[in-house]
Amino acid sequence: MNPVNYLYLAALLFAIGASGVLVRRNAIVLFMSVELMLNACNLALVTFSRMHGNLDGQIVAFFTMVVAAAEVVVGLAIIVSFFRSRHSASVDDASLMKL
Amino acid sequence: MSTNSLHSLWTTAAEEPGAIPTPHIEYAELSPTLIVIGAALIGIVIEAFVPRKHRYTAQLLVAVTALASAFAAVVGLAVSGRGSGESKIAAMGAIAVDGPALFLQGTILLVGLISALIFAERRLDPVAHGKQVDSFAAQAAAAPGGEAEREAVRAGYTTTEVYPLVLFAIGGMLVFPAANDLLTLFIALEVFSFPLYVMCALARRNRLMSQEAAVKYFLLGAFSSAFMLFGVALLYGYSGAIDYAGIARVISGTEPTTNATLAQTTGNDALLLIGAAMVLLGMLFKVGAVPFHMWTPDVYQGAPTPVTGFMAAATKVAAFGALLRLLYVVLPGLRWDWEPVMWGVAILTMLGGAVLALTQTDIKRLLAYSSVAHAGFILAGVIATSEDGVSSVLFYLAAYSFVTLGAFAVVTLVRDAGGEATHLSKWAGLGRRSPLVAAVFAVFLLAFAGIPLTSGFTGKFAVFKAAAESGAGALVVVGVVSSAIAAFFYIRVIVLMFFQEPKADGPSVAVPSLLTTAAIGVGVAVTVVLGVAPQYFLDLAGQAGVFVR
Repeated sequence: MNPVNYLYLAALLFAIGASGVLVRRNAIVLFMSVELMLNACNLALVTFSRMHGNLDGQIVAFFTMVVAAAEVVVGLAIIVSFFRSRHSASVDDASLMKL
Repeated sequence: MSTNSLHSLWTTAAEEPGAIPTPHIEYAELSPTLIVIGAALIGIVIEAFVPRKHRYTAQLLVAVTALASAFAAVVGLAVSGRGSGESKIAAMGAIAVDGPALFLQGTILLVGLISALIFAERRLDPVAHGKQVDSFAAQAAAAPGGEAEREAVRAGYTTTEVYPLVLFAIGGMLVFPAANDLLTLFIALEVFSFPLYVMCALARRNRLMSQEAAVKYFLLGAFSSAFMLFGVALLYGYSGAIDYAGIARVISGTEPTTNATLAQTTGNDALLLIGAAMVLLGMLFKVGAVPFHMWTPDVYQGAPTPVTGFMAAATKVAAFGALLRLLYVVLPGLRWDWEPVMWGVAILTMLGGAVLALTQTDIKRLLAYSSVAHAGFILAGVIATSEDGVSSVLFYLAAYSFVTLGAFAVVTLVRDAGGEATHLSKWAGLGRRSPLVAAVFAVFLLAFAGIPLTSGFTGKFAVFKAAAESGAGALVVVGVVSSAIAAFFYIRVIVLMFFQEPKADGPSVAVPSLLTTAAIGVGVAVTVVLGVAPQYFLDLAGQAGVFVR
């Protein structure tokens, strides 16, 4: 199978994730969409790594996984504390600071 | 690409797996970062094992010692010539140790040192249950207004975790402008962003606003860093390399060993252009340039003011350092493509920041939009694409970060019953009530506006001169116009403070301890010295203006 197809898939996943961030309202879903974008990056990196025949891209993908895991730790902590003080995780409710 | 297809379930290794060479780590060159990260780890151990009442002293001591010794290490490296003649690339090509990197690392460490002093201030908030408290939440995990929070306040808890957090953030910021491959760049970005997201949520007063700021910063920051990572992937796909020199060689077409795959990927300019644009987007988000500035006012307003000051100063220094290195080392071969885009961004940022700041009624939001406008002025220097451009940006960043720190430190002093009084109407007549504080704030505002004899003027002059000399005259005109617009709202605050009657229920100015006094004093001193006698520092920035590749 042509490796370029994996790049199309990566771009598609990235676009789905990005549009998820833009249209969804729940902070957790937004966050999941961001994770989808990171996984799309991983797929692109690994595919490029295969095409070029060097390992740099795969190493970046490993680090991305670690970063994504750390992001879950930080992000869920922030979102959960936000949820506990408002009983809602909707980003539309985050409107205390308006012009 | 069909020549490259896979027909079986297995594949051969790209090359014979030989013995993996032991990586060579230059500990001396990396010592500033290692000291700071090591101290952050010690801070975590302190948090776990030292009794609560001793943690504050221990954490502050560790943080200040580490930042001071890391700064000494940076000075040592610069004196030994790493900054000018003998730049080198350390840690197997991951970190560049050159003039811009050392200059910015030194700036970040000084900013961090002063921020640590502002973080440690415990005289401003009224004593709660017999315990002195700082600007950070008693217990960040407790829901605001809940029983757990009341108990934590009654017990006099304080969040001493901010010191390791700020050290981790500084550690990442030290690496960010020195990163010499895309992987290090991305990891450094995340290492300094995550602690900042958490620190935004830690305010003692207005906790709902603080948490909201953290959520916004986190979601938008994660979104933008995902874009940056996809850009990294595309640049890697284009060039088959992640180190800056390798990518730059492929872009400029001087890569000696061109294989079939590389010929295919380099034939596809979309990979290069979209990849470069996405990486740039990630950096412009961090500096708060205009199409990507939406988070700045909300996050600056909601975050605890000491954190806002640190973030406004240090993040900008680190992100501009990385932006400079990316544009000057990786993408010089793409200059004709990125220059018009950066022109647009710079113009939008200068005008947008200045115009939007006009309508603000909250002092922290006002300073946030002013920081957007300043990002635009710095971008004018970035676009200059000359050695003067680099050194003027370095100087501007150093000058601007001390003014910002000082200004936000003054904001922590003006308080009423609800904590900091950030609404501008409450600042009316402050000059009558506490002339000294108002005068100090006026100095910072004049420096922001770029009035002569302050560091702001020297910085702006250097940046605009570099831009004009490289043929960006139109940009300089826009810059001067937006400086004039910006001067209007800075002067308006000064008029408000000195020429209006104080209100009866106006805020009072808290008397700070030696810590904040020292921080503000350093801010004023740097502002005046860089304005009156800038030559030594201009020379220093001038010597540091060359990147290693």
